[in-house]
Amino acid sequence: MDFWQKLLALDRRIIFVFVALALVIPLFFTAPPGFLKKIDISSPVKSLYDYVEKLPPGSKVMIAFDYDPPTTPELQPMAISFLKHCFLKDLDVIMIGLWPQGPVQAQFAMEMDILTDEKIKAKNLQYGVDYVNLGFQAGNEFVILRMGSDIAAAFPVDYFGTRTRELPLMKDVKNFDNIRLVYNISAGYPGTYEWVIFAGDRFGVKIAGGNTAVQYPHVSPYLQTGQLVGLLGGMQGAAAYEKVSGYFGKATKYMFSQAVSHAMVVFFIILGNLAYFITRGRKT
Amino acid sequence: MGAFLTLGIISFLYKDNPWYKFCEALFVGISAGYWFCTVFWSQFVAKLVDNVFPPAGQPPQYAYLVGGLLGFMMLLRLVPKIGWFSRWPLAFVVGGTAGAYLIGYALSNGMKQVKSTILPLWVSGNLNATVGNIILVVGTFCGLVYFFFSKEHKGTYGKIAKLGIFFLMITFGASFGYTVMARMSLLIGRMDFLFGTWLGLIK
Amino acid sequence: MRREIPILIAIVVGFVYVIAFFVPHPPLNKFQDWGNDWIQIIAGFAIVLGVLNLLKVSLEKVYKKSQGWGYAVIIIIGFLIMTAAGLFFSGGKNYQNPGTPFYDIFFNIYFPLNATMFAILAFFVASASYRAFRARNKEATLLLLAAIFLMLGRTPLGDYMSSWAGDWQLKNISDWIMDFPQTAGQRAIMIGIALGIISTSLRVITGLERTFVGGE
Repeated sequence: MDFWQKLLALDRRIIFVFVALALVIPLFFTAPPGFLKKIDISSPVKSLYDYVEKLPPGSKVMIAFDYDPPTTPELQPMAISFLKHCFLKDLDVIMIGLWPQGPVQAQFAMEMDILTDEKIKAKNLQYGVDYVNLGFQAGNEFVILRMGSDIAAAFPVDYFGTRTRELPLMKDVKNFDNIRLVYNISAGYPGTYEWVIFAGDRFGVKIAGGNTAVQYPHVSPYLQTGQLVGLLGGMQGAAAYEKVSGYFGKATKYMFSQAVSHAMVVFFIILGNLAYFITRGRKT
Repeated sequence: MGAFLTLGIISFLYKDNPWYKFCEALFVGISAGYWFCTVFWSQFVAKLVDNVFPPAGQPPQYAYLVGGLLGFMMLLRLVPKIGWFSRWPLAFVVGGTAGAYLIGYALSNGMKQVKSTILPLWVSGNLNATVGNIILVVGTFCGLVYFFFSKEHKGTYGKIAKLGIFFLMITFGASFGYTVMARMSLLIGRMDFLFGTWLGLIK
Repeated sequence: MRREIPILIAIVVGFVYVIAFFVPHPPLNKFQDWGNDWIQIIAGFAIVLGVLNLLKVSLEKVYKKSQGWGYAVIIIIGFLIMTAAGLFFSGGKNYQNPGTPFYDIFFNIYFPLNATMFAILAFFVASASYRAFRARNKEATLLLLAAIFLMLGRTPLGDYMSSWAGDWQLKNISDWIMDFPQTAGQRAIMIGIALGIISTSLRVITGLERTFVGGE
């Protein structure tokens, strides 16, 4: 077997080692100067940011945490930067989850990143008045449909077991008519698709999405139709929102590692094709 | 503990081994328990019991008993002789889904998408918009032609379908690129946990 | 009657949901609200059904001492520990509060296991890209090029590599691919799926679709 044939038959565990190195080594280094400046703020990200900027204080924003632990590196930074933006704009936040792990992720975000932030500490946020976590409900799109008539009936108790109707923030919130924006952070089904179809187009509430990179291409046609106010896609989208909000978070920190890993995958694809065409050329 | 379990799953990359199998079985069991508890408190207690037997001062809503009965019928699937009872709640869900999806998808993914594809093929003074609109219209049309398998893809029709395939290949290539991005992101998080949070080597 | 009643239920419920969209007034909106509430409860019981089925299969494995029965014991033990923590030892409705045993097990066991399960896919994606992704024909080449442009253009690396190219930088090319050809192809798929869903839903609502009621 010559060099190119050996390359084609390369043990996949060697590729695994290269993947691990490409991901881990950049984490030990600071990104090159100017790297962070090159994080692109695309127009869907800017639209979402601008929409939130224009909301008057006291507006109710709903954040649907529809993801689980595996997608935390992509979606948690989106949640954190968006929550910070909302609280700094004095918006009231209603957190819910159509995935059972979602509200727990919301709780993590609040405890570890939001309530420990100095600027937000100064706001003296109170649970039940400035923000609530209504927990999880099974039923997927039927929960969304139920919220269209009565949110408290869809989510009878909050994350901590308190009856939803007893929470001060929920006293003047009946259904989507009282919500200025639903920001759906989603890793799959139920997710942005369902929110657009069953909430946005049915009840007229504005929807924005924060999706994993896998979902982003499938949901992007909703941008051109105007069914989505804005859309963040993957870690790049999270880093872009962090940048436009003026906050250095985990997504920005991970972008260097992400860039190197992409380059490595592209290198392997090109190498594999090179080996394939050279060995195929020799056979003919 | 987190590091032990993380490394156990990663050990599968070398080869299948008892450490990985232990972690996998533990995950399945803990996961089942997690879902059970969450559903118990959020659905059974909060949605069913608290509505039928509410706190003092609130009227009971006996309509929820119908949902409880249908839910219980679902569990009868485990008993082969009376498992056919589970068809009733299943039919309820299937009917509701069909009704909701018929309208929802027709409106959001059908009509609105078609409406947004009806674009001017000539935008005066803006070449980029002109080219973009042509690509959107032609690409959507050709892609739809490709998916119509009732007519054989031959002749002119076949050429249009072929053009549709090219657009779909670009779509799938974009999906693949984004999938790579997503998978790498997931792993970066775990690597940061191992080398940063656990070993403290990353600032 | 074992098949006819479920089909009738599906037809009636389907019609209620369709008509309630156009006539969102009493009593139809009330029927729909009840329907939504009941489906939420049924969904919860369906999850319980899945869990109980898993336990049934695991217990059978242990009882028959089938291959790998030891791991079935771990599944059962894991389930019992988590369920006991959530139902009895975590303060009832406050079971998810920070500091409860349920929360601690979620954070220290469930979270790392769940996250790592999916994280190892990155290795397989890279390996599969190297071994299987070949530009054998025009279509595959187009797929490959789109993927490469996007992978490079979506990170600042694309900027470093193509900053000399003016309007033809990798990030602009990848934005253009996403805005136009990708949207066109994706839209064709969305419309196709919508048409399929419409036809299947109509079949269910008119009683023509009977596969969901199963056998006799």
